[in-house]
Amino acid sequence: MATLTLTGVRKSFGTNPVLHGVDLDVRDGEMIVVVGASGCGKSTLLRIVAGLETATAGRVMIGDQDVTALEPADRDVAMVFQNYALYPHMSVFQNMAYGLKIRGLPKPEIIRRVDEAAALLDIGTLLERKPRQLSGGQRQRVAMGRAIVREPKLFLFDEPLSNLDAKLRVQMRAEIRRLQKRLGVTSLFVTHDQVEAMTLGDRLVVMHAGHAAQIATPMEVWERPADTYVAGFIGSPSMNFLAATLEQGGAAARLGNDLVLPFADGPRTGKAGQKLTLGIRPEHLRPQAGGLRVMIELVEPLGAESLLHGRLPDGAEMTVKLAGAVHPDGELEVMPMAEALHVFDGETGKRIEPLDQSTTR
Amino acid sequence: MRRTFFRGVGLPYLLLAPQLLVTAVFFFWPAGQAVYQSFLREDAFGLSSEFVGLENFIDVLSDRDWRGAAARTAFFSISVAALALSAALFLAVQADKHIRGAGAYRTLLIWPYAVAPAIAAVLWLFMVHPSIGLFGRALNAMGVPWDYKLNGDQAMLVVILASAWKQVSYNFIFFLAGLQGIPRPVLEAAAIDGAGPVRRFWTVVFPLLSPTAFFLLVVNLVYACFDTFGVIHALTQGGPGKSTETLIYRVYTDGVTNLNLGSSAAQSVILMILVIGLTVVQFRFVERKVHY
Repeated sequence: MATLTLTGVRKSFGTNPVLHGVDLDVRDGEMIVVVGASGCGKSTLLRIVAGLETATAGRVMIGDQDVTALEPADRDVAMVFQNYALYPHMSVFQNMAYGLKIRGLPKPEIIRRVDEAAALLDIGTLLERKPRQLSGGQRQRVAMGRAIVREPKLFLFDEPLSNLDAKLRVQMRAEIRRLQKRLGVTSLFVTHDQVEAMTLGDRLVVMHAGHAAQIATPMEVWERPADTYVAGFIGSPSMNFLAATLEQGGAAARLGNDLVLPFADGPRTGKAGQKLTLGIRPEHLRPQAGGLRVMIELVEPLGAESLLHGRLPDGAEMTVKLAGAVHPDGELEVMPMAEALHVFDGETGKRIEPLDQSTTR
Repeated sequence: MRRTFFRGVGLPYLLLAPQLLVTAVFFFWPAGQAVYQSFLREDAFGLSSEFVGLENFIDVLSDRDWRGAAARTAFFSISVAALALSAALFLAVQADKHIRGAGAYRTLLIWPYAVAPAIAAVLWLFMVHPSIGLFGRALNAMGVPWDYKLNGDQAMLVVILASAWKQVSYNFIFFLAGLQGIPRPVLEAAAIDGAGPVRRFWTVVFPLLSPTAFFLLVVNLVYACFDTFGVIHALTQGGPGKSTETLIYRVYTDGVTNLNLGSSAAQSVILMILVIGLTVVQFRFVERKVHY
């Protein structure tokens, strides 16, 4: 068990930069989920921590030890791979014992640890089987077991659930979280799935184009996204964005259709007429006369709620989530809930906080 | 695999005919002839022949010279296979690394396969010949008494080297494909588990290559037993004495030079049984030993 500290980690493949300086402090026993679209550099970041890639610049510390220059073997980390990466020619027992054998543990200790992990993961009856005789879920457990028996300082998960079917994924997700809490091992979990990210992480690192766009708890990321990218990435269906300008000395925003929305949480700094992007989640829109006119193009009934996809008169896409089975055809007027409005800079996309709150995110 | 069903049997047989014809004319007919001949004793001029039953086989198997050739063939084949396999594996492991110019390196390694056995032999002759060969002259200049035309052990060494060199390319292609078939995460997992490169090779890479290696072992043994005639013929003609005379070379000497057709045919049949045996072992084993 240990902390993990990344300082200014950069990585380029040839002349192609994929990480532009990532800083991260992971506390002892914390589960950090690195989430982002494919190509954002999240896997590269994980591989740098594992030692499978060498950082072009920056430092990786595990506990008090600078491991930047160390081989994977010397870092005392364990990794669970997307496609499990079990040794195909070894039995489940041998797969789990491999790392311990290399470390020269006495045989009884190896057997004890493997049995313990197998019991924990409920794979005790599979120990003699070869990986090809296992189902996807069982392989996943073996891969977890191989990591657990090592009792490493750090668990690294590289999209371990994406090869499982939907039901199993939900089940394994909960199981991983339970195990991680129980073992209390500091963990780094990479995924492109925002639901996994929200449910698994103590904190999230939302990666975008080689940067850590935001590092915060899941609810913080959801409630106060640092920029329009994070706002659009986290939450399903995605947040709606509206172009607007700053009005009334920073106390309100004027939309394209001259609708003026006052800020419920306080005024923003900035010149009158400054370009803004307003973010509003689909679930924070209510039908109300005199609001935004949405031409409904598609209704998706989900049972407890309905998703309405449509367009504003200026052509911007708009998604509305309403409770129950409301299916208005044609046109609907909706009003954003003032307290759920997100305000971003129209140029940079960064979040603009109200004046009376702290300006840190 | 896609399966196609035909109505009737006419068209399928017609489509198979060319392959069946070639197999029949170039394999079954000569093989049948060899089997038939092996039961006959013929005079050197081919004027008369008589049926002698298994006598040819008894003669061959009880012939000390033949047994000597068999032992020599075993030594030769195992040496060639071991050398060709280990060299190819080493080269494939190197070529599998991410190195500059890996493509060119691979192509160069595959070339020897396109060289005809006789030409390969001549190439080696220019290297090892005691008076005109580069290495042969160098060895003699250094005071090593090198003349494979007089020294049987040296002759054996030369034919082993030349034969193995021919086969390295073939093995290399298979090993390289096998190496590239090993998923990279498995090796990374081993690295994280604490295995260094050498350990990784012997505990993960090599076991995963073993089906390929076994397949190649059989192919190489068959090659060394039967396809090295050209190399031996061009380099040593089985000499000096009988020191590089393998079974296949003896078939040729007895049949073509000594015109002892019955004995030569019997030897061919024995070799045929041997190769069939090897093939059976191969299929049985390879089918069972697949890991994935």
